[in-house]
Amino acid sequence: MRIKEHPILGTYNKGETVRFTFDGRELEGCAGEPIAMALKNAGVMVHRYTKKEHKPRGIFCAIGRCTDCVMVVNGKPNVRTCITPLEAGMDVRTQYGVTAEQPEGAVTK
Amino acid sequence: MNDRSRDIGEFIPAPDDDMIVCRCEEITKGEIRRAVHDGMFTLTEIRRYLRTGMGLCQGQTCTKLVKGIVARELGVRPDELEPATGRAPMRPIEMRILAKDGEGTK
Amino acid sequence: MKRYDMIVVGAGPAGLSAAIEAARRGLRVVVYDENEKPGGQLFKQIHKFFGSKEHKAKIRGFKIGEELLSEAAALGVEVVLNAIVIGLFREKEITVKIGESVEHIKGDTVLIATGASENMVTFPGWTLPGVIGAGAAQTMMNLHGILPGQRVLMLGSGNVGLVVSFQLMQAGCEVVALADAAPRVGGYGVHASKVARCGVPFYLSHTIISADGDDHVTGVTIGEVDKSWKIIPGTEKHFDVDTICLAVGLSPMSKLCDMAGCEMEDNPAKAGFVPKTDKFGETSVAGIYAAGDVSGIEEASSAMIEGRIAGIAAAARLGFITVEERDDEAAKQEAALDGLRKGMFAPGMRGKAISETEEGVPLSQSLLNHGFVADDEIERFPGVTHSKGIHPVIECTQNIPCNPCQDACPKHCIRVGSNITALPSIDPEVKCTGCGMCVASCSGQAIFLVNEDCGDGTAEVTLPYEFLPLPQKGDKGTALSRSGEAVCSAEVVGVRSTKAFDHTNLLTMKVPAEFAMKARFFRRED
Repeated sequence: MRIKEHPILGTYNKGETVRFTFDGRELEGCAGEPIAMALKNAGVMVHRYTKKEHKPRGIFCAIGRCTDCVMVVNGKPNVRTCITPLEAGMDVRTQYGVTAEQPEGAVTK
Repeated sequence: MNDRSRDIGEFIPAPDDDMIVCRCEEITKGEIRRAVHDGMFTLTEIRRYLRTGMGLCQGQTCTKLVKGIVARELGVRPDELEPATGRAPMRPIEMRILAKDGEGTK
Repeated sequence: MKRYDMIVVGAGPAGLSAAIEAARRGLRVVVYDENEKPGGQLFKQIHKFFGSKEHKAKIRGFKIGEELLSEAAALGVEVVLNAIVIGLFREKEITVKIGESVEHIKGDTVLIATGASENMVTFPGWTLPGVIGAGAAQTMMNLHGILPGQRVLMLGSGNVGLVVSFQLMQAGCEVVALADAAPRVGGYGVHASKVARCGVPFYLSHTIISADGDDHVTGVTIGEVDKSWKIIPGTEKHFDVDTICLAVGLSPMSKLCDMAGCEMEDNPAKAGFVPKTDKFGETSVAGIYAAGDVSGIEEASSAMIEGRIAGIAAAARLGFITVEERDDEAAKQEAALDGLRKGMFAPGMRGKAISETEEGVPLSQSLLNHGFVADDEIERFPGVTHSKGIHPVIECTQNIPCNPCQDACPKHCIRVGSNITALPSIDPEVKCTGCGMCVASCSGQAIFLVNEDCGDGTAEVTLPYEFLPLPQKGDKGTALSRSGEAVCSAEVVGVRSTKAFDHTNLLTMKVPAEFAMKARFFRRED
């Protein structure tokens, strides 16, 4: 959810609305904001499933340190979505281990 | 700290041994505790043995947690443990870029 | 190879301040920062800072950030963003990743101002999406305008936990509880009070037992801990939340210092592994300085002064100013820094139990244990007095380095004195005009204007209000006590917002006279 008006900061200066896809689904976000923010606004919580245990992970530090929010962006894995600016037409995918391919038989819980 | 003859007792399983500590490499508290009993008394050894702090984030989240667990297992204060070595690159960097180190510097 | 008089690593409050002082004295300075935007954490700080004028008190953090950036730009400081310093070597050569390449740059002096990283705690479910650091919450709401969650539990009662809890409510989240394993609130009492009176319950001596949820957080269970930090069975409490926010301290991010060969120490008073520095911030490697959180966790205000001192010292090392000039100018900065390092939260006070203020007034135990001053404790503090007509009630009960209230009153009715940590007191001879400048100037939001008896059995209480939607005159609702409990019905009789108040609105509510000293917050009827 976006904060429409903030008591101290007023309104936020955001980029134009652009479209991108998340696992093939079309979503909207603001150009230039971190990909993770656009996803959070759309209610997406899970960015990836871990390699060993297939556990869900999402935003944790939001400043590019913890690397938990990495996803496959435009085919490139391990992209820190919390510090990578959103561009129109980006192909953002859930990362499984280090790929966008869901491993067979894996229980993604 | 490197005195291997020190007796730290037997490894005693604990209910929270399956707790993930290193989020990147998915290393649990039990694995870290067991590694100490396997003879890994320093943070550098633990790193090499288990890969804690060697994943994508380079230990930015778990370093202090691992230190606390190892210290407790050894029965020392965390500040008595020597920190793992800091060396370049300080941040994760693609090998493709690292390989070009210095090319742009004229 | 490029060469600069000074290389600064980190464009936060310490780094920018150092760059400004060095550039002002003629040094050619470059600042590298790994982030897309400069300012470090300053742009996430939307509260008014503590301190005095020289520390930029009562100015909001992000405004200070803007000031520093424009000052640096005017002096020709080169700030390079998205520039990740990946190595620092003893010869003061750095390797920095910029875009697709790694460059080597030589500095005649180097300042390391890399700041801190957040500490974390583990509990079952701590890796679930929805468990976030307090810094993440600030980044989402204050930089990007994204709500971190709807219902949040905050773990940590230090200043970060308290400030971020308040900010979460300002952004529109509900903070369902604030928990801390420690038995006492760790941060400033005034920060705790402003959270508590909004109705957030404090659970001290409590920690998280587990975060619940399959794919993301749907709830949290906390429990009380005994003296050995073990959960006491039967004390479990569950909350339905979508977000758990962790604010359990910061650690200096000092690896770069270590790598450069600086002599290091693990110093609990500085909250971690830090380089040993002299009074100018110079490490054991000549010409390499450290300032800000990297050399010991403190407030941004202290970081700025440490940065200034390092900038001045670097200028002297390279001969841009004389050693005498350095000592003279650094001494002024050190005096300002000493002011900030006073009071019951000073770095040297960590872990010490204090029972009374510098004035000899017993501390509010309720404030330490529950986050608010109890009704039977408030009267003993010097800022709390009674008189006819409108008058300020200053609920400032701990010695912290802060004094803007003293200059705020045009009638000079508030006095802190030369000791910056003294509790403010009121001159009973001076008539309060009710202008409200003191209410808006108090960074701790601890000053109220009270007319205890309006002559008709009612009282009027004016309080600082920084939430939306802003109540309007005539709105009816409930007055909340210091503990956030509903105590009586209230009607808004005035709302003042002026530029001088800087977004701190002054809300005046009418309550029955017997609640004049109890009603401290207003909640509108929905």
